Amino acid sequence: MARAVTPARKAGMTILAWLVALLIFFPILYTIITSFKTEGEAAAGFSLIPSGTIESYIEVFSQRDYFKPFFNSVIISVGSTILALLVAVPAAWAMAFSPTKRTRDVLMWMLSTKMMPAAGVLVPMYLIFLNTGMLDKLHGLVLILTLVNLPIVVWMLYTYFKEIPVDILEAARMDGATLPKELIYVLLPMAVPGIASTLLLNIILAWNEAFWTIRLTAVEAAPLTAFIASFSSPQGQFLAKLSAASTLAIAPILLLGWFSQKQLVRGLTFGAVK
Amino acid sequence: MGSIQLQNVNKTFGGHAVIPDISLRIEDGEFIVFVGPSGCGKSTLLRLIAGLEDTSSGIIKLDDKDVTDTPPAKRQLSMVFQSYALYPHMTVRQNIAFPLKMAGMDKGLMDKKVADAARVLNLTDYLDRRPRMLSGGQRQRVAIGRAIVREPKAFLFDEPLSNLDASLRVAMRLEITELHQQLKTTMVYVTHDQVEAMTMADKIVVLNAGRIEQFGSPLELYRAPANRFVAGFIGSPRMNFVDGADAGKYSAHSIGVRPEHFALSRTAGTWKGTIGVAEQLGSETFLHVHTEGHGMMTIRTHDEDDYHHGDTVYLTPDANRIYRFDKAGLAA
Ligand SMILES: Nc1ncnc2c1ncn2[C@@H]1O[C@H](COP(=O)(O)OP(=O)(O)OP(=O)(O)O)[C@@H](O)[C@H]1O
Ligand SMILES: [Mg+2]
Repeated sequence: MARAVTPARKAGMTILAWLVALLIFFPILYTIITSFKTEGEAAAGFSLIPSGTIESYIEVFSQRDYFKPFFNSVIISVGSTILALLVAVPAAWAMAFSPTKRTRDVLMWMLSTKMMPAAGVLVPMYLIFLNTGMLDKLHGLVLILTLVNLPIVVWMLYTYFKEIPVDILEAARMDGATLPKELIYVLLPMAVPGIASTLLLNIILAWNEAFWTIRLTAVEAAPLTAFIASFSSPQGQFLAKLSAASTLAIAPILLLGWFSQKQLVRGLTFGAVK
Repeated sequence: MGSIQLQNVNKTFGGHAVIPDISLRIEDGEFIVFVGPSGCGKSTLLRLIAGLEDTSSGIIKLDDKDVTDTPPAKRQLSMVFQSYALYPHMTVRQNIAFPLKMAGMDKGLMDKKVADAARVLNLTDYLDRRPRMLSGGQRQRVAIGRAIVREPKAFLFDEPLSNLDASLRVAMRLEITELHQQLKTTMVYVTHDQVEAMTMADKIVVLNAGRIEQFGSPLELYRAPANRFVAGFIGSPRMNFVDGADAGKYSAHSIGVRPEHFALSRTAGTWKGTIGVAEQLGSETFLHVHTEGHGMMTIRTHDEDDYHHGDTVYLTPDANRIYRFDKAGLAA
């Protein structure tokens, strides 16, 4: 059922798409704009034209160390993603290629853990972290973000692996490949696009995760989310400075997202875009 | 060496016994074909031998060694899949070399073996291509190359030719038969095409609903089918069956006559009928005759100029070549 695409229709759709995109992107855009205003301008009300000052940035850099939380964010997001992949690849392999009666239930159960508000387990988690000495420690954060994102990573990989014909893995077995060799030489190379987008998406999710990273850190392990938060609370409403801090925090991930657009789109549509 | 033995093998999927109880011995060097209608368990049986499925009960032996619990990677069998199952991310060369690489063969010897296999299969010019840049027939050859490059105990084929067009199928059929004569390695070949079964096999296993109906050479099956099912399945066009009083004359519950075992006449004979469709193949003609009382019968004839659509004919079966079956459908 191919419908004729008239030029007018096409133009309409294009404009609509741009409007939606702008709407979604607007909060980020306005944050960036505000970061180039003076505090006076920022407080004055809605305006899309900043004076272009960088005084907020100078202010932010002079008050806080940017690079420590930046590297903490990198370690936490990359570390938790790699750890999650190490656990999720075998898990997704088992569920995709060797399913049992309960595989569906396990998948649903994993997803259901994402339905519970994280605040519900804040106190027990805090106590566990306190008692094991993981509070404000990078390895503690890597661990919790691994756990937080593991269901999504397993789901994404499972969906990708399902697309791979099981015949090909069976052929590898017939050709004498043991399980590790089957994974390394056949499954993983075929799943590279899927794994890459899972990796990217998970880094972004972990980078932006603000609930646990803010609550379980103080100084040593604090990532950029905590860095932003530190500008929001005690000093009252310094909107321009807060915006500058936010812009600094999201800039790296925005750049990563920009350069890996193609992979990400494939990832989020689960390979539907070829 | 490569003998294969199944002892009381049973395979049950979720309570349904797909293979209720099969025992079978395949001798080293034999070309065995599993044939049967769709869903009868041919692939399942092959996959049990391969180790890709676990038996529910029973024993599988290779060279008289119990391999029931041996994983496929350790059974030293090569398999060619219906879908070819080539590794899409590897070149033809890497595909063919893969089993050697898994066996830890050194690079020099590996290159030589791959080159040899490629030469035998006319793939030398395609070694650096990826599978998706090959035609169906070429992919098929790569799959075979990957199987023959090492010396397995046996080759397993699951309908390897079903995705090829008719002429390529005939050519590949010959090539595989030649390969078998050259290598003399045991081959187990699954097909639902009884022509492939007849032309390629040393021995045929006719399967029906997970049971072996008969195990024998193609001519044994053609000349002495054990029951009505085998009689109807082997031979093309299909055998004609007659029940009731006319079968009683031959003291049988039902009788079967192959299309090639009739005498035709315009004036007199055992059964009278009218010619419906006449399928002319050039070398021979199949007449589909509406008989009085016995439904449609198919006759193979060379007198294509004498008989036409709508003509009345009399059919007389060759008395020496009538197959008799009892009430249970067993050859009597
Ligand atoms: N993994 C499975 N789970 C459940 N049932 C299965 C499974 N594999 C096969 N079966 C069932 O077992 C029966 C035999 O299947 P099999 O694939 O062996 O048939 P086949 O003879 O190869 O048929 P075809 O000629 O169509 O390939 C079928 O009824 C099929 O539905
Ligand atoms: Mg099959």
